[in-house]
This record gives sequence, C-alpha cells and structure tokens, in this order.
Amino acid sequence: MSNLFRAADAASGISGPPSSVEYAADRIFRSIAFASAFIIILLVAYILWEIGEKAMPAVTEYGLGFITGTTWNVSKEEFSVLPEIWGTLYSSLLALVLGGIFGISIAIFLTQDFIHHRMATIFRTIVEMLAAIPSVVYGLWGIYVLIPLLKPAAEWLHETLGWFPLFGTDLAGPGMAPAALVLAIMILPTVAAISVDAFRRIPYKVKEAAYGLGTTRWEAILKVMLPTASSGILAALVLGFGRALGETMALAMLIGNSNQISMSLFSPANTLASLLASNFPEAGQVEVQALMYAALVLLAITFLVNVVGLAVQQYTVRKFEGKK
Amino acid sequence: MNAIAEALFVAEPFQAAGDIVIDCNVNNIFYGDFLAVRDSTVPIEKKKITGFIGPSGCGKSTVLRSLNRMNDLISAFRFEGSVMYHGQDIYAKKVDPVVVRRYIGMVFQQPNPFSMSIFDNVAFGLRLNRFKGDLEERVERALKRAALWKEVKDKLKNSGLSLSGGQQQRLCIARAIATEPDVLLMDEPCSALDPIATRQVEELMLELKQNYTVALVTHNMQQATRVADTTAFFSVDISRGGRTGYLVEMGPTRQIFEAPREQLTKEYISGEFS
Ligand SMILES: Nc1ncnc2c1ncn2[C@@H]1O[C@H](COP(=O)(O)OP(=O)(O)O)[C@@H](O)[C@H]1O
Ligand SMILES: [Mg+2]
Repeated sequence: MSNLFRAADAASGISGPPSSVEYAADRIFRSIAFASAFIIILLVAYILWEIGEKAMPAVTEYGLGFITGTTWNVSKEEFSVLPEIWGTLYSSLLALVLGGIFGISIAIFLTQDFIHHRMATIFRTIVEMLAAIPSVVYGLWGIYVLIPLLKPAAEWLHETLGWFPLFGTDLAGPGMAPAALVLAIMILPTVAAISVDAFRRIPYKVKEAAYGLGTTRWEAILKVMLPTASSGILAALVLGFGRALGETMALAMLIGNSNQISMSLFSPANTLASLLASNFPEAGQVEVQALMYAALVLLAITFLVNVVGLAVQQYTVRKFEGKK
Repeated sequence: MNAIAEALFVAEPFQAAGDIVIDCNVNNIFYGDFLAVRDSTVPIEKKKITGFIGPSGCGKSTVLRSLNRMNDLISAFRFEGSVMYHGQDIYAKKVDPVVVRRYIGMVFQQPNPFSMSIFDNVAFGLRLNRFKGDLEERVERALKRAALWKEVKDKLKNSGLSLSGGQQQRLCIARAIATEPDVLLMDEPCSALDPIATRQVEELMLELKQNYTVALVTHNMQQATRVADTTAFFSVDISRGGRTGYLVEMGPTRQIFEAPREQLTKEYISGEFS
C-alpha cells in the first residue's frame, strides 16, 4: 500500500504507516478467524445433515405423532417421545431453578466482599472443579449416596404431603429428584463462574453510587448489583440450561428410564439424551432411525432454548444498559 | 516549641460566621500505612457552598469522602479525628454509616448511573427512603433542577446509560438531589461536562444553597470563585519523603483569592490565573 501522507514525513520523523508485513499479518489473521467460524458452521451443518438423513425414514413414517405420542415399543415398532421431551424439560428446569439459585448465591458470596479476595479465588476454583468430575462419577455418586439419602425424605414427603402433585409417588430408586439434583450440581459451576464474571464486570463506581445513596449492603446487592449483572446472569442460566438439556450419562443412570409423564419428583422418568444413550447400543435398524429422530428433536429443543435465551438476554442488555 | 512542631505546618482554624453543619477535624487519614491527610480542620457552613481546591493528590477527595463515610468502602482506610454532624460524631461506634449517607448525599467525579431507566435512577433514593408522595412529580423536579428535564422528558423509560457522559452526570446529580439531602458533597462534578452544562450545574448549586449545604471539590479556580462562599486550599507536603495532604488556608473565597495569607496559596492561585 502506498503512503498517501508521505508529505507528512517531513514534519514527523517517527510516525509512519504500518509495514507491508503488518498489513499481511492483518489479512492472515482475518482469514484464519473467518475460516474457523466457517468451519464450525460447516461442522454443525454436516452433523445436522447426517442425523437428518438417518432420521428421514422415521420422520416420514411417524411425522408429528412422534412428538405427541407416549409409547416406545420396539417389538411393535411404535415410537414416540412425548414422555422424554417432558422428562428433558422437567429435569432441566428443576436443575436450572436449583442450580440457578445456588450458583447466583455463590457468585454474590464470592464477589460482594463477604470473604477475602484470596479465599474467593480458592473457593471459586473448588466450584469450578465440579465441572471436571466425569459425568459417570456423578451417576455413581447419585446411585450409591444420593438416592439412599433421599429415600427417607421422599417417603416422609409422600406420606404427609402425598396429595401435592410434586410428591405424588414414592421414590423406589432412580427417579426425577436424584436426577435433577445431580443435574443442578453439574450446571452449578457454569452458572456460578459466569455469574461471578458478570458481577466482577460491574465497575467500582456503581457500587459507590449505591452506597453513596445510603443503601445497606443487601439493598446494594439486590437493587443495584443484581440488576446490573442481570444480562450476564441470564447468559449463565441459558448456558446452564443448555448443558442440562444435553446431559446424558448421569441421567441415564439416575432417572429410571421409564416412559411416563408425571409431575411427581419421585417417580422415574426419561430424557431424550438418556433414551439415546440407553437404547442405542442394542437398537435395530428401525429403532436407530427413531433414535435419530429423537436426537433431532433434542437438537431442536436446545436450539430453541438458546435462541429464546439469547433474545431475552439481548432485550435486558438493551433495556438496562441502553446499548443498541 | 520542639523541632517537630516547628516543622509541621498547621493552618489556623477558620472561624465561620454562621452555623456549622459539619465540623470536620482531621488528625490523620491513612490508606494502610500511607498517611494521606493530616491536621486539617474544615468546618462546613450551613446553607453555604464550601469549595475545596488544591493540586491533585493533596487529599481533597479523601477529606470530602470522609464527610459521609464513603471511604469506609475501602478496607485500608482509617480516619483519626472527628466529624461532628448535628452534634454527633459520625465516626462514633454506634453510628451506622448507611444513615449518614442518607442525609449527606454525594455526586462523584465519574458519572455512575445505574443500569436501569432514567426514571428509576432518579426515583432510586426516593424508593429507598420509602417516599410516599408523588414519585413522578419528584423525579420531574429533580431532573429540572439538574437541567436535564428538557432532554429526557420523552424518554424516561430509556436506560440511564444510553445518555451522553454529560447527561449521565446531570442524571447522577438529579438522583442525588431527589431525596433533598441535608448536605450534598460534590467531587469535581463538572469535570465531564461542557461549559454550558457546567454553568447549569453551578446555577443549581447556588439554588441548592437556599435550603441545603454543599461541599464542592473543584480543580477549576474560576468555578470556586463563581460559586464558593468559603474556600479551603489544600496542599501536599513532600518535604519529608511522604506525600501527605493538609489544609493550608481556609477563608471566605474573596479573601483566599484576593488576599491569601499563606505564600503557598498565593503561588498556587497566581500560577492558576497567570
Ligand atoms: N483508595 C485509595 N487507596 C490508597 N491510596 C489512595 C486511595 N485513594 C486516594 N489515595 C491516595 O491519597 C492521596 C490523596 O488522594 P485524593 O484524595 O484522591 O486527592 P485529590 O482528590 O486531592 O486529587 C493520593 O496520594 C492518593 O494516591
Ligand atoms: Mg479527587
């Protein structure tokens, strides 16, 4: 590139245009970035194509009945996944509520001067280590520790508050409650870590403004810090929910793989991901097609949740932060 | 006199003519081991504007923020002395700084609106104090006094952060005055404002002092001469290796600018105006 301002060289001995190498580096970096983004889109498209192709026979065969029906009968070749859709959304929602409340509370605890900086970093590292535990370990822990722990409580709740839909059945072993609890623990690090970042991004001057108006600590946190961090916290919740929707192994071990729709926290249920994991190994050709259709449904749900979540988050950014 | 007493200059206490609403007696203010301000008596006169001037780093903000215990947010901060407010030392053990800050409001150097609507920003303090009257009327009045109403009256629902820097600062002023605090502390409130908005804020200060008290840190000498009734000049003592701020001279603004008693004041003011 020729320097159009060569005449200015006379006045300034030091200023000058970037070298051609610098321009080239610029272009190379840009191409790499574009290529990476493009490859990811290609990869997603390819996976969708593969699954879609394998699912096609089932899609034409079962149509919309697949997502409204409630049977999964291999011998009769009747396949539909409404109970699994219900189980997926129900378990993820429960996990989101629990993991969300705890994750945000932890984030507040770690960022709002309750403990020393160094302690907060240690604590945060421990919380993030929860994310490094393999899913199967969570499953085992659920089976050997959590379910026996839950049983007496579930029994008591069912006996005294059995009329309440959430406690409508007894916990025989695996079921919604242990699955949702483990899911909540699994999404906790995601929610907590991203919420911590959201709180950390709040400039000090905002805190000053709150205290300057005479807020107590809780007023400052609830009325100022929380709304200020809300877009980041929403992003944390969306990511956590997405993670819960797709979680497979621990759920396959804990949810009971039972094809039914129940409000009860203690009845066994099933999720789409867990259905795939449990049935795939022994599935025949027709069932594989149905499972691929189920995978498509799961992808669609995840996609929808992310789009809606992102829209809500963008809305709060516009509304609260005034960004266009 | 011993050697130390000779070395340490201490300004003669300013004898105000009227009532004193905040009587600030600083012995020492520390940030950790660092002695930021020493030996300064700064009485804030009721229904007057008291200006704080001096070179940067001399502790103007530190002293101002000590007046409503804003510095309590900084864990290393330590105040030795007393700040008497309505007969009560605000640094006494039994005093809740939250209450102090409800009566002694503050406007900061950097605009710091909350990420909520313009209306909610101004209404924040009113709601905090469980104000029962006409919220909208109060918000409008505060915005009018802060010279922002005309610009925002059609977009009160928009985020406070969507405004320009100068508008944000006037929003923060509106937020601070909405609850009509007894005393308003302003730390270089106009440093982000253009000359027109600066004049408007200065007019607001003059209007506020009809009923309230204002303490104002400013780096702008002309501003001090325009609005301050009393001026306190601080300086930094670097003679003994530290950088400790202290009060050099305090008096009626005219006297400080036209007939300063201290050589330091004279030099600082003539440097600024020449
Ligand atoms: N939060 C803080 N922690 C440590 N030192 C501080 C802090 N705030 C101010 N100081 C120091 O205190 C001195 C006075 O600062 P400040 O009151 O901001 O001065 P001014 O407002 O007059 O420019 C400076 O030396 C500054 O570095
Ligand atoms: Mg300052």
